[in-house]
Amino acid sequence: MSVKIILFGKLADLAGGTVSVDNVADTDSLIESLNKRYPELATTKYVIAVDKQVITENTVLNKKSMVALLPPFSGG
Amino acid sequence: MSDQNLYERYHRQIILPEFGEVGQQKLLKAKVLVIGAGGLGCPALQYLTAAGVGTIAIIDDDVVALNNLHRQVLYSVNDIGLSKAKRAAHILQQLNPEIKIIAYNQRLATQNALTLIDDFDIIIDGTDNFSTRYMINDACVLLNKPLVYGAISQFEGQVSVFNPQPLKGRNEAVNYRDLFPDPPRDGEVLNCAEAGVLGVLPGIIGTMMANETIKLITGIGEPLIDQLFTYNALNNQVYILNLSARKDTRSLIPKDKKEFLKIDYEWLCAAPVQQNEIDSDIFNRMMVKGNIDVIDVRELHEMPTVNEFNHIRIPLAQLGDNTSLIKSDTVIAFCQSGKRSLQAAKILSGIFGDSKKIYSLRGGIVEWKKQKQTV
Repeated sequence: MSVKIILFGKLADLAGGTVSVDNVADTDSLIESLNKRYPELATTKYVIAVDKQVITENTVLNKKSMVALLPPFSGG
Repeated sequence: MSDQNLYERYHRQIILPEFGEVGQQKLLKAKVLVIGAGGLGCPALQYLTAAGVGTIAIIDDDVVALNNLHRQVLYSVNDIGLSKAKRAAHILQQLNPEIKIIAYNQRLATQNALTLIDDFDIIIDGTDNFSTRYMINDACVLLNKPLVYGAISQFEGQVSVFNPQPLKGRNEAVNYRDLFPDPPRDGEVLNCAEAGVLGVLPGIIGTMMANETIKLITGIGEPLIDQLFTYNALNNQVYILNLSARKDTRSLIPKDKKEFLKIDYEWLCAAPVQQNEIDSDIFNRMMVKGNIDVIDVRELHEMPTVNEFNHIRIPLAQLGDNTSLIKSDTVIAFCQSGKRSLQAAKILSGIFGDSKKIYSLRGGIVEWKKQKQTV
């Protein structure tokens, strides 16, 4: 199963705007897989949204899941 | 001003059925505090002033600079070097002499935040740093004040309405810490000076903040409560994310005013500690002496490139794992603006303690190159 991830802000610079990851069942394994691919991600702050809902706990993904990673912005 | 003139000034919004004279009266009675008269503050202030918000206060301790003008559209070249709060108030008062505009030419700090915020109905966060943003959020939660939040980076912006007055059937409204519980450390994100920003972007986001504020005051439409609006100026992609309260958020916010005053928000956000900063001049003299490791802690792709002096490149995030590359007893870190290098100096001081002398180049490579041109 392949899950599509949309990246915002600095995260998009790290990996390009959209990436997809194969064979992940939930958000924890997704992040683990992304951290291996993009080591800088592990030291960057962001929130995870699944289907436009910001999540705070490990969340099961299906093939239609849309995952977004958003960093905080401070600019004004 | 006579009622007739008042009616004429706001006629085009009063004739909106949802808005009406009632909406206008609500605006005229409202008191809004705009924190930061920069990229977001300027457009928000212009529209709130034009719309007839009865009392508007502006707090900002900064002065107008030439590199502000591409996005801070209230100011002109004649304002360079002058207080943003005072200039903004003066310019806005000319746009609408019928409302009350107050300028605070000072920095919002824990000591003045609660007293100031308590005087207003709605708070607008147009600041440019995390320490103030977290401080404003916590103060608004403590005082039960709705907070209209906006933030930008490069080509992207975020807008939300935090902590609104309790709505019917809702227990707890989301605040900024439900989205990002803890402030990022320096280097975990880029600021505007380092990352850059397209001038029109804060215009869009700041205008949206004014719109959310007007909706909150007049009670029309659907403000971005429990939602985060994100906008990308390059591809016009809009995402609205739904937010929910976290269980542990309350424990992160000071319990009362006394506790709030004790929090060092600057430290919380790893704001600069100045004692180990050196300026370009001292940097050059130290370079002549030699026996120094100079480290560029920027990301590898960042411009401008540096070929004027020898240095090693270790992006901030990888610094802790690559200290074996640092051999000399004196180390100078630099980055774009001097912010991340301060964080780097902090990290290295933590690792090496007193065994090495560690410095950060103030103003970063941008300032160094500028100094070099003027010599």
